Amino acid sequence: MRTPRKTPTPYIASAYSTRNIALCCDPDPLIQTRDLSLSYGNHQAIKNISLTIHRGCLTAIVGPSGSGKTSFLQCLNRLTDLLPDCTVSGRATIENLDILSPTIDVLQLRRRIGMIFQKPNPFPMSIQKNLEFPLKEHGVTATHLIQERIQRALMDVGLWNEVKDRMDTSALRLSGGQQQRLCIARALVLSPDVLLMDEPCSALDPLSSGTVEDLIFSLRGQYTIIIVTHNLAQAHRIADYVGVFWSQAQAGELIEFAPTHAIFEHPQQDLTAAYINGIRG
Amino acid sequence: MDKHSLFTYDMLSTTIIWTVAGLLGCLFFWLLGDLMRQGIPHLSWEFISEPPANAGRSGGITSILVSTGLILLICMVVALPIGLGTAIFLSEYTAETHPLATFTGRSLDVLASVPSIVFGLFGNAFFCQLLGLGFSILSGGLTLACMVLPILVRTTEQGFRALPLEYRTSAAALGLSKRATLIHLLLPAAIPALVVGFILGLGRAIAETAALIFTSGYVSRMPTSLFDSGRTLSIHIYDLSMNVPGGDQAAYATALVLILCVLTLNSLAQWMAKHWTYTRRMNI
Repeated sequence: MRTPRKTPTPYIASAYSTRNIALCCDPDPLIQTRDLSLSYGNHQAIKNISLTIHRGCLTAIVGPSGSGKTSFLQCLNRLTDLLPDCTVSGRATIENLDILSPTIDVLQLRRRIGMIFQKPNPFPMSIQKNLEFPLKEHGVTATHLIQERIQRALMDVGLWNEVKDRMDTSALRLSGGQQQRLCIARALVLSPDVLLMDEPCSALDPLSSGTVEDLIFSLRGQYTIIIVTHNLAQAHRIADYVGVFWSQAQAGELIEFAPTHAIFEHPQQDLTAAYINGIRG
Repeated sequence: MDKHSLFTYDMLSTTIIWTVAGLLGCLFFWLLGDLMRQGIPHLSWEFISEPPANAGRSGGITSILVSTGLILLICMVVALPIGLGTAIFLSEYTAETHPLATFTGRSLDVLASVPSIVFGLFGNAFFCQLLGLGFSILSGGLTLACMVLPILVRTTEQGFRALPLEYRTSAAALGLSKRATLIHLLLPAAIPALVVGFILGLGRAIAETAALIFTSGYVSRMPTSLFDSGRTLSIHIYDLSMNVPGGDQAAYATALVLILCVLTLNSLAQWMAKHWTYTRRMNI
């Protein structure tokens, strides 16, 4: 079995040159869900989602709006706990750790499973404090260690050279693309195993979107990434696996899950074929 | 309706709106102008720095200013932590639809509309008599604290609610505790709203008369402790104009000082609401 790369790789601007990429690793299950369902009050948002996310791979979740993609992501780091009237059932595990267990340390789980949102959301603090604050709260207090990890995270997202001389200025002064990369760095600084990305490029201009996409691709292998995207071309370009969500009877279901080339070249479901060909969805 | 009558209708409504707004502005300037016309001749450094004499007809308002300051100090020292705590409870720890949040919110709204004289009666019965504090600066300050709490809580609560939800979700997604999110992220971001609420509350308190007649009393000498009775600026004005023949000039001068204090506080609140929030967000 090929193990994922542990050391950070330098940021490569044009990381994807070919559209059909080989799997980044041999399948090694990290996250597994079985019959995962989620309801908001009486409305069921996702129903019986069973899939396996492999370590070090980039898995794209695609599907029309309202098919429960974001709800699925939120189950995996228990952000659903913040939503009123939200109930989750079924099973979700990360390395045999029951994610849905009421006794699990949710803060540690979220440290292990980081999340990037659609809209860049840096805190109203300096760039330095944006990265320092989560580290300190998770018990990293040695100054040299903090600086080392901040620099490494910023280098991993290709932001170090752009901000190293203005670490004390407000993060809100950065451009949209820079803010999103800072948010990714803020997640990376905690050394997570998994990164959940909820349409991380959709609120950005095309140029910034390309930069962030390159960055996500460069993180593949070091981190297990699950990305929700509406951009099928993006999923095709960067993902190892693709899961297609579809809203059936107003509840999102997983209609197909397979390696990217299989989904795009030999879809097994008519709906998948119609969706990737732009006929449905 | 043809084009011409539409234009006439538009002009008419514009004129009415401008006239109404202009009249309101005139009312304020007339009030201020009258106060300045009658108050400025009596206003001097001695008026600020000397104690009142001859029932307030002569001398100054030093002891009145000290009593006012002490009452405001007690009011805010008591109201701030309670107000902040309640606002945090309402905005961060309960859903808006939670029965306790609804009950607290409605109570605050009712309290905000209760006439100040009722607060005075309550303060007299509870602080002065039941707790045995008598007519004192302490009783007055505590009564005012009850009075300004609704405005302080509501402003601060709105300040917290106005913060982007993303702050909370992204902090939670980083595995940050609710305590850390509140102390290091939400509270610093909500400080401008807190300051504005504080100043608005202070503005309401400094202008209060009815609630204080029954609680802090109206002894005009310099207070030596918080258990002494003390007279505030507004009570001084009331007393001079209603009970002291020949005290009108001093009343106008005191009113001018009071209005200047209120105007300063309001301007400060507006300036902070407009500029400080922005600069704080952009220059950290």
